[in-house]
This record gives sequence, C-alpha cells and structure tokens, in this order.
Amino acid sequence: MTTSPLLDATGVAKRYGAVAALKNASLSLLPGEVHALMGANGAGKSTLVKILTGAISANVGRILVRGQERDIRSPAKARKAGLVPVYQEPSLIPDLDVLSNLRLTNTPVEPFRNWVRELGVPDLDLRELARDVPLAIQRVLDLARALAVEPDVLLLDEMTAALPANLAERVLEVVKGQSRTGRSVIFISHRFVEIAALCDRATVLRDGETVGVVDIVPGVEERIVELMLGAKVEKRRVTQQRAEDAASPAGGSTRIAVRNLSVGTKLQDVSFDLKDGEVAGVVALEGQGQDELFAALAGSIRPAGGTIEVDGRQVRFSHPADAVQAGIAYVPGDRTEALAMQQSVRENIALPFSAAFRNWGPIRMGKEGATVQGAIERLQIDTRAQREVQRLSGGNQQKVTIARWIAADARTLLCFDPTRGIDVGTKQEIYKLLRQLAAQGKSVLFYTSELEEVQLVCDRAIVIFGGRVVDILPVEIADEAALTRAAYGLPRDAKADVGILADVHSDPVTRP
Amino acid sequence: MSISATASQPAPLGRRIKRFMSDYPLVPLLALLLLLVLVLQIMQPGIVNQRWIANTVKFAIPLALLAGCQTMTMLTGGIDLSVGTVATMAAFIVATQGVDHAAPVAMLIALVPAVLIGFANGIGVGVFRVHPLIMTLGTSLIGVGFLQVYQRTVIAAGAKVPDFLIWLGTGLTGGIPNALLLFIPVAALLIFIQRRTGFGRLLYATGDNERATRLAGVKYWQVILALYMFSSVLAGIMGLLYMGLIRAPSLSLAEPLVLPSVAAAVIGGTSIFGGRGSYTGTIVGALILTVLTTLLTILQMPEGARRILFGAIVLLVTAAYLRIVDDR
Repeated sequence: MTTSPLLDATGVAKRYGAVAALKNASLSLLPGEVHALMGANGAGKSTLVKILTGAISANVGRILVRGQERDIRSPAKARKAGLVPVYQEPSLIPDLDVLSNLRLTNTPVEPFRNWVRELGVPDLDLRELARDVPLAIQRVLDLARALAVEPDVLLLDEMTAALPANLAERVLEVVKGQSRTGRSVIFISHRFVEIAALCDRATVLRDGETVGVVDIVPGVEERIVELMLGAKVEKRRVTQQRAEDAASPAGGSTRIAVRNLSVGTKLQDVSFDLKDGEVAGVVALEGQGQDELFAALAGSIRPAGGTIEVDGRQVRFSHPADAVQAGIAYVPGDRTEALAMQQSVRENIALPFSAAFRNWGPIRMGKEGATVQGAIERLQIDTRAQREVQRLSGGNQQKVTIARWIAADARTLLCFDPTRGIDVGTKQEIYKLLRQLAAQGKSVLFYTSELEEVQLVCDRAIVIFGGRVVDILPVEIADEAALTRAAYGLPRDAKADVGILADVHSDPVTRP
Repeated sequence: MSISATASQPAPLGRRIKRFMSDYPLVPLLALLLLLVLVLQIMQPGIVNQRWIANTVKFAIPLALLAGCQTMTMLTGGIDLSVGTVATMAAFIVATQGVDHAAPVAMLIALVPAVLIGFANGIGVGVFRVHPLIMTLGTSLIGVGFLQVYQRTVIAAGAKVPDFLIWLGTGLTGGIPNALLLFIPVAALLIFIQRRTGFGRLLYATGDNERATRLAGVKYWQVILALYMFSSVLAGIMGLLYMGLIRAPSLSLAEPLVLPSVAAAVIGGTSIFGGRGSYTGTIVGALILTVLTTLLTILQMPEGARRILFGAIVLLVTAAYLRIVDDR
C-alpha cells in the first residue's frame, strides 16, 4: 500500500463497568474505498461506529484522520473532522419540517435537494413534517443530509435494511459513486450480496476485537464466516443434553401453525409449525423481523397479513390477554419489560392470576402461596431478597419472568433471548427447564442470539433473514457455523466455489 | 444473637437502617407523629387529652378519606384532583335534596354525580390516555360548573342536612367519634383491597410497570376505569360525612382539602410515580397534617406565616422521609 489511510483507528477499546463492549478494535480506511464492517451480533460494530462518529468516546485507542490525531469526542467534532454517520434508526426530528431539520445540522439546502433527487425521490416537499414522511424516504433523507456536507468518510449502519428494492438500488449506486470521487465509505450490512457488489475490503470483528481484514473477492464469504466464528468453527456433535431426552415426543400434534405471516415492514412472509413437546429455536441476525414475529404471536401487535392457528383454530389476538387465554406466554429478553421491579417475588409470579376481571376479588392466599412456592422451587430462585424483585440478581430476575408462566401453567412459552446477560449456571438451569417443559408436552419457541444454545436446547432451528424463513435446520447439523451461514442468507451447503459472491456479475445491483 | 447477625451480615449499619426503614416505612412516620404530639404537649401543657384526641380524629377522618382516593390512584401513577368537587357536589346535593326526600334517597341522589365523574375520569385516563392530572382537573371544573347551575334551581328551597349525617359527622359516643363507625370499615376495606385482592395487586403492578402487566394479560382500561370510579364514590361518601361535620353547605366545601389529601398520601409514603405505598401510611400522614395544623394554630401567628410554615414543613418532611426510606 502506497496510499496513506484516510482514517486509521488502532487499539480502540470501550468498557461499560465490567463489560467490555470493545477490546481491541482497529480499522484502516483507504481513500476512495468502500469498506465493510462485519461481525456477529454483539461483536462491537455499533460501538466502533459510535466511537468513530463521536457519539461515545473510547477508553483507549488512537484514531488518526488523514494521518493526524483529531479530537472526535463529540458528534459535532467528528463532523468537523469529516466523519458523518447514517444510523440504523431515522434521525430526523419528527415534529420539525424537513427544512428545519436541515438548519438544525447546518446542512446546505441545494446540495441536499440534488442528492435527494439523485437518490430517486423526485418530489420532496421541504415544508413537510418529518413524521409525515414515509419511513423508507426518511432513511433516504438521512443519507442525503449526510452526503450534502461532503464528508470524507461516510458511515452507513444497516442503511438498506428498511428500504424497498428500487430505493436500495439507488442508494448503492450513490455509495459507489462516492468512492469514485475519492471519498470513503464504511458500510455495515448483514447482506453478503450488497457487500459483494459494493465493497473493496472488509474488517471483521469478533468479541470486540478486529480478527481480520480481507479483500472482497468471489468466495470470500466462507472466510468471513470463519473469522466471525473464530475457533468455534469445528463441528461439535449433538450434545449429551439431547441424548437424555431421547424420549421427547418428536411427533406431537401441531400447537401453533404460522402461515405467510407478515408484520409491519420487517416481517415479510413467515410460515412454520410449533409442535407440542418441542423446543423450536429461532435464529436471526438483529432486526430481521424476529421481534415482530414474537410480538405478533404474543398478541402485542397485529399482523398485517397471514394467519396464526392455535390447536387447529385460527386466532386473531388483539391484546396479549388473548394470547395468555390461549395458553401462549411471552417471556421478553429484557427483564425490565416483564417485571414490576418494586413488587415482591410472589406478587410478580402471581401477576397473571389476577389479570382477568373475574379474578379481581379476594386472593386465596394459601393456594397462591403453594403455587408460587412450587414455581420458585422448580426454578431454584434465590429468594433471600424477595421483598423487591429489583434487589435480585439478573439471573434470578430472569427466572422470575419464567416462573410466572410455570405457575400459570402456560402451554406454550415464547422465550426471546432469555439467557442474555445472565451467568452461566443460571443459563444451564434454564436450558434444563426448557427441555423438561418439552418433555411434559409443552412447546417452546426460543429465540437466541447465542448460537451454541441451539444445539443445547432446541429440536430444530428456524432461521429468519430479511423477514423470511430462509431455512429450517434439524438440530444435528445446526452448529454455529451452519447457523451463521444460514443467518446471513447463505445456502446450506454453500462452499466457496458455489458461493453467492461468485454470482456477483449476474446481480442487477452492480449494473451501471 | 446480635453478634451472629452482625457476623453474617457485614452490611454497614447505615445501610441496614435504611433497608429496615424501606421495609417498615411506617416506623419513622409514627415516630414523627409522636414527636409532633409531644411538642404540642410541651408548648401547651395539658392540651393532649381525650377531648383533643377525639377532635383531632374527627377532623383527620375526612382528610384521610380523600387521601384514600389519592393513595389508590397514585399507586397506578395517577392522581385524582376531582375528589374535592365530587365531595362538594355530594355534600351540596344531599343538603338540598334532604328537604324533599328521605335521608337514604337524598344520599343516593347525591352519589350520582360521583359515579358519573368517576366514569368520565376512568374512560379518559384508561381508554383515551389523557394524563390523570388534566383529566381529573377537567372533570372537576365541569362538575363545579354543573353545581353552580344546580344551585340556581334549588336556591329557594333551602337546605336540610340529614340528622343521621350530623350524628355521624359530629357525634361522640362515650367520647369516641361516631365517624369512626364509617371510617374503620372503609379503611379496613381499602387495606384489604390493597393487600389481599387481585384488583389491589394490579394497582401496584400497573403503577410499577404497565408494559409488564399488559404482557401478563392485564387490560389497562379495565383497571383504570374501576379505580377512578371507586375513587370518586369514596370521595362522594367523604362529602356526605363532611356535610354532617361542617353543616353549612357551600360551593367550595371540600376544595381546600384536595391538596392536603395529596400531601397526606405523599407524606404517608405513597410514591406519586406509582407502585409503592399503603393506606396505613396515608392514615398516619393525615394525622400528622391535622396535628401540624393544630400546632401552628396555637402558635398564634398570622395566617400568612402559618401557611408558609405549613408548606415548608410538608416539603421538608417529605424530602427527609424519601431519603430515609428510598433504598437505592
């Protein structure tokens, strides 16, 4: 390399208390380059982008812009240094019109207009309130706003995720155009097709560290997946856990049948069955529609299309109470969503008992106490600090969210990443519990962001990508490597020679 | 024993006291009440006797009843500012209808506006998600307006407070206020609802984390509608009792008690953010406010200075209490 890098970050680390979000990340960006930033969920991509754009500041690390150390410890300073981000979520202030939003960031209007036109939106009224602009167009406006200030480095975080195909195509063209004028782009995406079409190199993060920088050439996606997985890539055989419950009924009757379900803009067309006596894993990268899927099954939001059948009868949930009535309980991954933190363990576990109007009367304390105690013992909740749930440890809090539905004897649990951020011992207990529930003929839909859990807990893995079910893997082959590949939308048996990157030239995106 | 306890729980003393206070928030409140009574006795020796106690209880009861409305609504993170108007309407209507109707009929008629206003509050807050402060303030103003219209239609008829209410409001039996006959069952009911019924559980849980209750299958509007109707009817009943105590109908009879009722609940340890509190604390809070009023009265200060002092003490006590009890 003779050209000196435009942006050079080395040894960047960021800690939150005891948690290291980023340990040792580096990224070197050449002028005129489109550079992909890749990594599994939680690898530190977002943290690194936020540091590079001044949203948060790193604990250690050196960041050089055009060979000089620049102060980028606030978004305004990062902007001045030529680093401008477009984040995943729309950043226009909804109650201001588009023009006021531009003034707010000191964005020149004429270049903005030109970029908007270039990006395929010919008729934009600058006086329109941002909230009245459709979501997809808002993303385009965000991008145009960033382009209008002519940044040296543009950072795009999942830019195309919420865009319809025609707009996405224009966006990719414009990004490619940027690189021709000597500017650089850092591009975060889960879509190999886009990365293949657009990027020159990729930096791969794993567990907060940069583990490799690769040139994007046909067949490199296997290498990238390997880098993202690290040493874990060697195949692990199905674990002892499964052997223990060989008795679990493989052919239970269908409990929930989801057909062509679509929710909002994220979930497109999902069909699968959940049987009695099974734990079905759901695997997806962040934001592929899994949140919407669980919310729809739990009755929190209404689907836009498709059907949900419970025990062979079609249902339309308009409130979580309807789902609870049908024996379907939702256990959110975020405990603060499920717990009344200032109330006691007992009150939290017993909460569903009083939910229905007919149960508002006097509580039969003896009976309730016995039921709650049973659930506490089954989950081995440490109740030394039971007067307020907020005094419990995270793992015990998570157990309370599950114990509630054990006590209520729900037939189906929708567990959304229930082991996130809890200790290893508690994780094991939760795995065991879910297997026991399945052995009793209950059914569990289990979304997890930790892929190795699939083989520990699940009977099969439903992989969702871009709002669609892309594969359903039997547990025997659902190791981390296979799941990762599937989660990125790569075909199951893809090897380097038949990889998607080989078909780059037949992809319409790349055509000028 | 204390040694082994210290050994197994190496938490510092201050922290343990805090946790104790957080677990038994009634203790510091009762201590404060006793302290106030003691100060009163020192400043005016001999004032604390059975008659004084009966009198204090008599005036604390209406306040405690209105503060009951605040406690219940505050558990869900709400507030009910229409209680003053509701109580006033009930009082005014029972006095004017008492001329033409038997006492039970007059009382039933008097509670009709309470039910209607409670229903409106419940629908507004529970279904349309209007902030309780605004919703109850609005219905309160509307109620006052209706009361003024109503007053014109009955202006010639005069007023007659049912004898039963006077007996209940002012009477003593063996030195004990008759009002306790109403208050004790009502207080027992409130405490029972809070501790031992599904509805009570939902009030706490809703105030603590509405989203969690929704996921558990609770329908918010049902809880809120029942709550505000209950609160309003309770305020109406308080209005009837207060009429018997004051005996002179007016268009702003109970209004001066509205903000003290909020203060009594807050001093009693109920969090305005919801999820925390109990009616027992509120009762002590109402007693504290009543004793404090007496104390300031005998200081022989000008009215203005008394109010300033009253406000300052309420602020100080609440702030100090929250510091002691808050375990975070």
